[in-house]
Amino acid sequence: MRRWWNSVWPPFVAVLFFLVAWELSTSLFHIEKWILPSPVDIAKETADGAGDLWGHVGATVRLTLEGFIIGTAVGLIIALILHLIPFLKSALYPLLILSQNIPTIALAPLLMIWFGFGLLPKLIVITLVCFFPVAVATMGGLKQTDRVMLNYMRMIGANKRQIFAKLELPHALPAIFSGVKIAATYSVMGAVIAEWIGADKGIGYYMMLQKSGYRTDRMFVAIMVIVALSLLLFGIIALLEKWLVRWKPKQEN
Amino acid sequence: MSTLEQKPAALETGDNQTVPALEAAGISKTFRSKRSRLQVLDDVTLTVGKGEFVSILGPSGSGKSTLFHIIGGLVKPDAGSIRMNGADVTGQQGHISYMPQQPALFPWRTIEDNVLLSQEVQGKVDREARENARQWLGKVGLGGFEKNHPHTLSGGMQQRAAFLRALLSPQELMCLDEPFSALDALTRSDMQRWLLDIWEESRRSVLFITHNIEEALLLSSRIYVFSSRPAAVLHEIDVPFQRPRREDIIEHPDFIRLRRELSGWLREEQLKMQGAT
Repeated sequence: MRRWWNSVWPPFVAVLFFLVAWELSTSLFHIEKWILPSPVDIAKETADGAGDLWGHVGATVRLTLEGFIIGTAVGLIIALILHLIPFLKSALYPLLILSQNIPTIALAPLLMIWFGFGLLPKLIVITLVCFFPVAVATMGGLKQTDRVMLNYMRMIGANKRQIFAKLELPHALPAIFSGVKIAATYSVMGAVIAEWIGADKGIGYYMMLQKSGYRTDRMFVAIMVIVALSLLLFGIIALLEKWLVRWKPKQEN
Repeated sequence: MSTLEQKPAALETGDNQTVPALEAAGISKTFRSKRSRLQVLDDVTLTVGKGEFVSILGPSGSGKSTLFHIIGGLVKPDAGSIRMNGADVTGQQGHISYMPQQPALFPWRTIEDNVLLSQEVQGKVDREARENARQWLGKVGLGGFEKNHPHTLSGGMQQRAAFLRALLSPQELMCLDEPFSALDALTRSDMQRWLLDIWEESRRSVLFITHNIEEALLLSSRIYVFSSRPAAVLHEIDVPFQRPRREDIIEHPDFIRLRRELSGWLREEQLKMQGAT
């Protein structure tokens, strides 16, 4: 408990200090609210409901979860296929990396043109940002199987399927989770970008509306919500990892 | 590869004493890369009889582990054949029970599940096998640790679990690759005594790699002394002490004489290897 407190109070104080400095400087330098609202303004706006923000949050959460699940699944499937067929891996791996160099913000409008304004293009955007960290982490984890254990399995006559199920997959689990955690935070971002570009609901759409109305305070509320959502999803995955990988020796931090 | 038929070891012992558990005949192996060739095994021939404890004693880095990889079917020999119970199994996997140098327990499995792994790979683990594993865990001093994960155990305990995993494998021949080399001296001598007791009770066919002379003399019925690289069989020694053995045989004059003889040979080989590099 004491240890927990010792690690928590320094960042807490830093954030508090930052907020106080922010509040003071907005009033001290008479900064207009539409340029930079003060923390108190933002808090008030949050308490007032920020003009139907919460309805939009629900839509974003749904989109995020759907996209995240599809993206993670696609990442895992690609990793497994490429792991099992080395030829495909050497052929497609460079393309995978290339796919990540296309900026999402440029790709999203194209997807809207091709697939309309429905759910599909948005899910594609989220999948595109999510699958990569999962696929790369999973392939890395599967490749780094312990040699001694692998030799052991072969010597006692384990077949390919047994080696995969009993050794490679559990061995790769921590690596897979590090990819999934990255995907979790990316998925929220992906959902917001997709909504920003073409939607009639969701936080991204909400932000675009508030931007046109110069409601900077509401934009800040939306940013806070996005950060909170990312953290929440990350936390859930981290908990799941802790539960599934509880055999791992505790690391010193 | 055809699926292998596993007869329980108990049925095989005694019914045909003349067919050895393992015959390695004329095994040679050279590793080639673009720039160099490295001959590690040169015409190695050895046998392990049913229920016999045989050691391979040789300087470190002399290719003993490569021989195990060949026996286990991981590596194909350039020449020679491996026969087990009379059948040619050269290059085939799954015919031996194996214990590597590092315990190589699977960290995500409990000790009990680790010990049952080889049986799981060979077929099914039923309630009886589980019950048997639990009894053995108790016998080897791991009672109460069945549901622990390996990292919570000491090095010696992990080695015991790894040994038990090999012992409970359905295959008749156990190949132990310097199982105690990573342990400190005190734990090591404990483990030697422990292995001696367990083996004299179970009488499995064992091929044991070591570079520790006392360990080889204490445990084995026969010892093959390997030369430095490329490894060849230099000497074959029958260890004359009766079983069950007690630890005090290390003070027996014959033991001391054999130890002196063996360490002379080994030192010579070690010097040759240093001269070569």
